[in-house]
Amino acid sequence: MIISDAIISLTTQRIFLACVLVMVLALTTWRANLKLARPLLIASFRLIIQLSLVGLILEYVFEINNLLLVALIALVMLLVAGREVSVRQKYRISGRWGYGIGTSSMFVSSFAVSVFGLAAIIRAENWWDPRYSIPVLGMLLGNTMTAVALSLDRFTTYVWEGREVIEAKLLLGHSSQEALKTILRDSLRAGLMPVINSMAIAGIVSLPGMMTGQILAGNSPDDAVRYQIVIWLLIAGGCGFGSILVVKMAAKRVFDERERLRIDRIYKV
Amino acid sequence: MGLMGRSGSGKTLLLRAIADLDLNEGRVCINGLLRDDMPGPDWRKKVGLLTSESKWWHELVGEHFEFPALNILRELGFSDESVLQWKVSRLSSGEKQRLALARLLSSSPEALLLDEPTANLDSISVSLVEDVIDRYRKEYSAPVIWVAHDESQLNRVSDIKMSMNEKQLDELA
Repeated sequence: MIISDAIISLTTQRIFLACVLVMVLALTTWRANLKLARPLLIASFRLIIQLSLVGLILEYVFEINNLLLVALIALVMLLVAGREVSVRQKYRISGRWGYGIGTSSMFVSSFAVSVFGLAAIIRAENWWDPRYSIPVLGMLLGNTMTAVALSLDRFTTYVWEGREVIEAKLLLGHSSQEALKTILRDSLRAGLMPVINSMAIAGIVSLPGMMTGQILAGNSPDDAVRYQIVIWLLIAGGCGFGSILVVKMAAKRVFDERERLRIDRIYKV
Repeated sequence: MGLMGRSGSGKTLLLRAIADLDLNEGRVCINGLLRDDMPGPDWRKKVGLLTSESKWWHELVGEHFEFPALNILRELGFSDESVLQWKVSRLSSGEKQRLALARLLSSSPEALLLDEPTANLDSISVSLVEDVIDRYRKEYSAPVIWVAHDESQLNRVSDIKMSMNEKQLDELA
């Protein structure tokens, strides 16, 4: 249900007013010699340029409405997110595996879950309709990336720091699975707790971004809430399955076929 | 077999290789069974490696034992099974070393690889440990490789003495 058709369009002058706020902030920090003015202005400038470009691209993509183009954009988003997961690690898994583990778990956590959400739940006329598919994939990638990166980071850190205990367990005849049991549990917990906490306070402390956007765009709160619930549940599923996969794959990689701990496959950045 | 050698000569590395903890080449077998014919964890259960520094991960001592061998605990100077309720954080280094040996022997390995098993112990505990290992060796006909710096100890506990230099083994008279 749409309450009002005429959404207030923001003219360039009005956007400039928001810029003035940041400029005043930059001036204040500059005078206090906080060395924040430059990064603040650069970040604001990048925000404006990047989002304007995305706006142009999205207008074009919505216009063309072509599955191949949507797939290409999704692929680029996925690869960038996969790279982001691997560079966020303090202890990285060596070789191509480091990148492959992050990207394939992002594929499962975001790509597969997005397809499920679009085709089975949202059910647009074309399930891949860019108007739905790109925002949904973007939201899933953004949120699951954090969970997957966090789980992997905890896992490699715990393995690195606990390598002597892991070996002590192996020496008592434990399998690699048994030796990693607590580490697996703790790293999954670390990845999932932020999502669980966010869901628990959603709507009480803060209004989620997508819901806010829909309400501002003139949709009824009821519609906005329904979408937001679905998106959060998809995010929770994506974070969970993505984290499980990333940690399982990393666990496989740090042991060899003789179930020896291969700490040489983890390196510190 | 007693094994000695300078620090860094590769004694620990040799024990780790036999236990299949590091990448290594060569054939190792025990009681006619080839290491490469069985999964890593099964092999490591058979060759008990006692590291020079023991590691503990649960809060209580007893949580680290699957089936605690109470007779071995007693022989190592722990009068009753209340030791299993002790907190690991309160153990002295000597207690840790003896308990690590008890933990290892409780899993009934078929061979023993001991990396300086008495390094942190007083003389009474040293002889307790030597006796326990000797009894275990005879009871299970288990081969033992005992790494130590103390030559007089190796004279007491081993039939053959080897020395390791620059990753080469030489037999000592």
